[in-house]
Amino acid sequence: MRRNYHLLILLFPVVFWLFCFFLLPLVSVFIYSFIERGTYGGVRWDFTLENYQRLFDGLYLGILWRSVSTALVCTAVCLLLGYPFAYYLARYRPKHRSILLLLVVVPFWTNFLIRTYAWILILRTEGLLNSLLGTVFPDWGPLELLNTPLAVQIGLVYGYLPFMILPLYAALEQLDMSLLEAAQDLGASPRRAFWHVTIPLSLPGILAGSMLVFIPTVGAFLTPDLLGGGKVSYIGNVIERQFKTARDWPFGSALSFMLMGIVLVGTVLYFRALQGSEESETS
Amino acid sequence: MKRVLETNIGLVYLFLYVPILAVVVFSFNSGEQISVWQGFTLSWYAKLFENAALWRAVRNSLIVAGISTCIATVIGTTAALAIERHRFRFRTALVRSLYLPIIIPDIVLAIALLTFYVQASIPLGLITVIIAHGVFNIAYVTIVVRARLQGYDHTLEEAARDLGANEWQTFWRITLPLIAPGIIGGALLAFTLSIDDFVITFFTAGVGYTTLSVHIYSLLKFGITPEINAISTMLLANSIVFILLFLWFQGNTAASGKQNAR
Repeated sequence: MRRNYHLLILLFPVVFWLFCFFLLPLVSVFIYSFIERGTYGGVRWDFTLENYQRLFDGLYLGILWRSVSTALVCTAVCLLLGYPFAYYLARYRPKHRSILLLLVVVPFWTNFLIRTYAWILILRTEGLLNSLLGTVFPDWGPLELLNTPLAVQIGLVYGYLPFMILPLYAALEQLDMSLLEAAQDLGASPRRAFWHVTIPLSLPGILAGSMLVFIPTVGAFLTPDLLGGGKVSYIGNVIERQFKTARDWPFGSALSFMLMGIVLVGTVLYFRALQGSEESETS
Repeated sequence: MKRVLETNIGLVYLFLYVPILAVVVFSFNSGEQISVWQGFTLSWYAKLFENAALWRAVRNSLIVAGISTCIATVIGTTAALAIERHRFRFRTALVRSLYLPIIIPDIVLAIALLTFYVQASIPLGLITVIIAHGVFNIAYVTIVVRARLQGYDHTLEEAARDLGANEWQTFWRITLPLIAPGIIGGALLAFTLSIDDFVITFFTAGVGYTTLSVHIYSLLKFGITPEINAISTMLLANSIVFILLFLWFQGNTAASGKQNAR
């Protein structure tokens, strides 16, 4: 009985906070997505499915596709840069390894706005990259890099690369080297051993890293806003506009719900794939 | 092959640090241009101290981060204790729903809270930001404290009970000091995340309640001056102090964990 009383005290605050300030807000945005937009930016309390119908408009499908494909490209680039990096780091002398790893974590702790701003400094027309290129190739005019999809892609990779490296490192560091030796003793070439032993065993890290990169990038608002200059729309920017300038809250709510749906589907797929990789490991 | 790997390592570190270093270097640049070097100066830092709007924003950020960190540390720690020490019916559901605020995109959380505040007629101000930061901070603190509780020696508590300590004494004298590094680590993480948050603050703060991140954002959107380089460098220095503190406490965690194992 006393134990139950303890548990109640421990649980009450967290359940209260999550219920009031997480569950109820989600219900609230769900309700908003089914009501009509008012004439002067307010809302009218009439049920409608129009907000969801609008999502299938070609314009919004295009924006959705751009967001998803940008996030996929970002995930792939992070994986290509991060995997060899984590692989090398996991085999580095243990003494210096933690310092090298720390250097990957430092950017994660620094303000995201500032890390994004740093790329404005580099990519703008009179920025560092152009002045560097200008001294090497004086004949070239300055490249217009800022406010392009490429700038957004670079900013996203920069922002989320540590999220890929850390789980990859965790998976590769635990990898049992004797399995690789066994594969080579049995006549596998290093390349074959890599593809058939290292990659499958580090799959949980690959999956976790991919998820940690994909989820925030698909709904990114700040990077496209600052580096894309509002010229190229991503789903995060469209949502922001519905709330800040267009004042169409019901439609913005429907967009948010769709974004959440994409992320939750991604999460479910991740857990499926993770289970699959664990099962194939034990069998 | 080794050469390829080493080149990749070098390139990744360059990629991670060149932008940050560029900001730091140009914060000492005397020109009006943010990215054309003209000479060394400290005047941008001097200007920072006269900028009243900036300091108001810093004060708001500290209020929000301070209060939401305190709330989240208490609630996150109690949640972690409940999850790790007790078996109850909705335990798995609670564990999963505590991951949700981290998993869903921050813009969705921001909008959900905004619509909720409007529907519940709660006026937007600093309180609404504190509540919002509480949501994701509780989730992070719970994760960090749970990790600490998992690698922890229960025999010490049993010994205290055997020696006649009551439950409260055991908690205050044994449990709390042992998990303290986890709690402090969680609090530092929460404070950093709160100071750095832009998206959720942007949507849930009332007009006139600008935090540092929102202030920086409006500078970036409506007129970049070299002052921004100086603000950024100060914030970078601040982050490095925090990361060192966090690691120091985590290092103590690992060290005392080893002692417990002995």
